[in-house]
Formats: sequence, C-alpha cells, structure tokens
Amino acid sequence: MAFLKRSPWILHYDASSCNGCDIEVLACLTPLYDVERFGIINTGNPKHADILLITGGVNEQNRQVVKNLYEQMPEPRVVVAVGICAASGGIFRECYNIVGGVDRVIPVDIYVPGCAARPEQIIDGVVRALSILEEKRAKMKETAQHSEEAGETA
Amino acid sequence: MTWAWLIGAVLFLILAPLAGGLIAGIDRKITARMQGRVGPPLLQPFYDVGKLFEKERVVVTTAQNFYVLAYLVFIALAGALFFAGGDLLLTIFAFTLAHVFLVLGAYAAHSPYSHIGAERELIQVMAYEPMVILAAVGLYMVANSFYVADIAAVAVPAILYLPGVFLGLAVILTIKLRKSPFDISTSHHAHQEIVKGITTEFSGPTLGTIEIAHWYENIFLLGLVYLFFAWNPVVGVIAVVLTYLVEIFVDNTTARVRWQAALKTGWFAALIGIVNLAILSYMMIGGV
Repeated sequence: MAFLKRSPWILHYDASSCNGCDIEVLACLTPLYDVERFGIINTGNPKHADILLITGGVNEQNRQVVKNLYEQMPEPRVVVAVGICAASGGIFRECYNIVGGVDRVIPVDIYVPGCAARPEQIIDGVVRALSILEEKRAKMKETAQHSEEAGETA
Repeated sequence: MTWAWLIGAVLFLILAPLAGGLIAGIDRKITARMQGRVGPPLLQPFYDVGKLFEKERVVVTTAQNFYVLAYLVFIALAGALFFAGGDLLLTIFAFTLAHVFLVLGAYAAHSPYSHIGAERELIQVMAYEPMVILAAVGLYMVANSFYVADIAAVAVPAILYLPGVFLGLAVILTIKLRKSPFDISTSHHAHQEIVKGITTEFSGPTLGTIEIAHWYENIFLLGLVYLFFAWNPVVGVIAVVLTYLVEIFVDNTTARVRWQAALKTGWFAALIGIVNLAILSYMMIGGV
C-alpha cells in the first residue's frame, strides 16, 4: 500500500526569501485552500517531514542550515523549491551573499516558478512531488532487498 | 465464564487500535469543520501511521526505541487488564509506568527540545495522577471492589454518587487526550511549536508506535469514563460520546495555558474529587 502519497508532511524553510512566497505557502494552510484535505501537515521538524519546501535563494550564512535540514530528514524525501529565487536566485542572484538556487546546495526534485508562487501552484508542485516520493520509496525498498540478499550470500 | 476475561483483553488488543484510529479521524474531521475547513479523509490517521512505517528508521540513541516499545507494551497491558475486568489500581499503575517509559525515551536523546518535552510530560503526569487515583477510590466506594468487572456490574448509577469525581476526571481527560488548553508536552496541532517537544527525536516507525500507543490510551480512558455510567449501557455509550465531543469543543475554543496553570488545574480537579469523596464517606458512615 502506498500510504506515503496520502500523508505527506511538509517542512517549510525560508532560505532568504522576501517573505512573499512564505505568505503564499501559509495561505495553503488556511481554510480557503486547506491542504490537510490531502493529508498534508506542516511540521516544524525535519525528522517528521517527507517534503522540504524551500523559499528564496540560499545565502552564505544558511547554506549549512539547509544542508543540515536535508540530512536530518529520513528517507524517502523530496525537495520542492518554491518561487523563482529558490530556483535560480531570482533578482538576488548577483548579490554578494547569495549562493544561488537551492540546487546549488541540495538536490531539488520539483521547481515551482513564480514571484510569488501562487498557492494553487504550490499545491500542484507538492502533489507532483508525491509521485517522485513514491518512486524513491520503491527504489529504497529495492536497494534494501538487494543488500539483504547480498548479506545472505556473504 | 472463566474465559470471559480473556475475551475482553484480546478484543481490546485487536479492536482498540482500529477504534482509536477511527476516533482520531472523526476528531480531525470535526475539528476541521469547526475551523471552517473541509478536513482530511476519515481514515487519515491510518494513512499517517502507515506512512510512518514506510519511512527510514533513523535512530539517535538505540535505547530510545526500546523505551517507546515499552510505552506501547505497558499501555496495551493497562488497557487489556482494564477490559479483562481486572484490578483498576493495577491498571492505573501500568498506565503510569507506560508514561514513565515515554519520558525516559525522550530523555534518552540528547536534544533540548526532546528534554523540554520530557519535563513537560512529567509535569502533566504530576497534574493528572492524583485525580486518576481518586477516580479509582471513588469507584471503589460505590462498588466495594477495585475490580473493573465488579464496578461495571454495579446496579446503581455511579455518576450520581461521584459527580465531583467525574468532573475532575473530565478536566484531566483534556490533559490525557493531549488537547488544548493542556497540550503542553505534545499536541495534535501546532506542529511547528515547542509543544511538539516529546516527539521531536522520534521519527518513522518509532513515531508510528507512539501514535498507536496513543490510540490504545484513548480507548482505555473512554472505558474509564464509561464506568461512571455502567449501570445502563445505552446511557454509558451516549455519555462517552458526549464527553469526547465536549473535549473536541474545548480543544478548539481554548488557548494553550502555561505549565503552571496546567498543574494548578489538575490539582484543583483533584480537590473537587476529594470534596466529593469526603461528602460521600460522611453519608456512608451514616451522617445524613
């Protein structure tokens, strides 16, 4: 059974967003959009999260934080970059302190463009991330099986 | 007849997680409707736990998973004893021990958030424990027995003798069901806040185990509520449903309090219980 698709828990991190995309992410949780319909919960804990939602380009000060958050999430996990800044650095990309898009630090699975990304787009991005999450779980299971078989023969 | 107790225990062990998960789903749906939202599917709690068991098992300290397993085992044992018609005091002791294991599990991980959650859980145990014991004493005074089977078979309505005790139990039930305003160690809401404390370091299957233990726990607590109305099963079931609906309502209409207030409220509830028991014993001696 694929429970993973029915209960994606999100970790939202503001890398160095202008707060525009963050407001839109929070709008998804309001009664108007109510993402809990899809079993989506906004957790504040990387250890409980399945999807890392990052807004804004990564800067030199928090690149370690972003890496750390990603590493603390248990497999399978996906990263959704929300907004154009998270995708490429956006209008801030030339700034002295900006590293660039999120993918310069951690692997990104889904890009949600926009300035700011609209709630409908964000929800769409998360729903598309679910199928990738499912793929990763299948792969995880496979490798676990392989290593088990290898362990038996060894 | 001698095997009847075993049937109760086995039925509890099998059905309680199903009923508990379903109640959690209904709870989330009603909560969402109260907030003007559509809410998750009815079976969402099962999807959540299923998902957690599909995740990677990340372990910070090996001991913590062992403690969480002990938490589940002792909660299930407490509930099984209860539904087998066993000794109510033994049930409560097993129940308390289970929470001690949960606290130890949270302390086993070296995380400040986890430690804050563990400390708050201890405060919660301090807050509700006097009232739980008083509830057992009150039921004993009515039934002349600590055995759940005897208490459930009493022909008089226990609630009429123990209105204060029931009120006190309803107050600490809010703490036990992890509902606002007393959800200070872990909460069904506020996933980004420090009140998620005690579960911070648990993830994947371990978090799923905690959730299942919580379902067992809720069914046991609702069973305890039922005992006050056991003289008439229909009234009993209605009372349990109403109590739970009131808890959901309180959960959605009150703001979280600080731990000092939680402790004071818990002990004030115990005070109501003690006054109730004092009056009852005075009447039983033949004062009135």
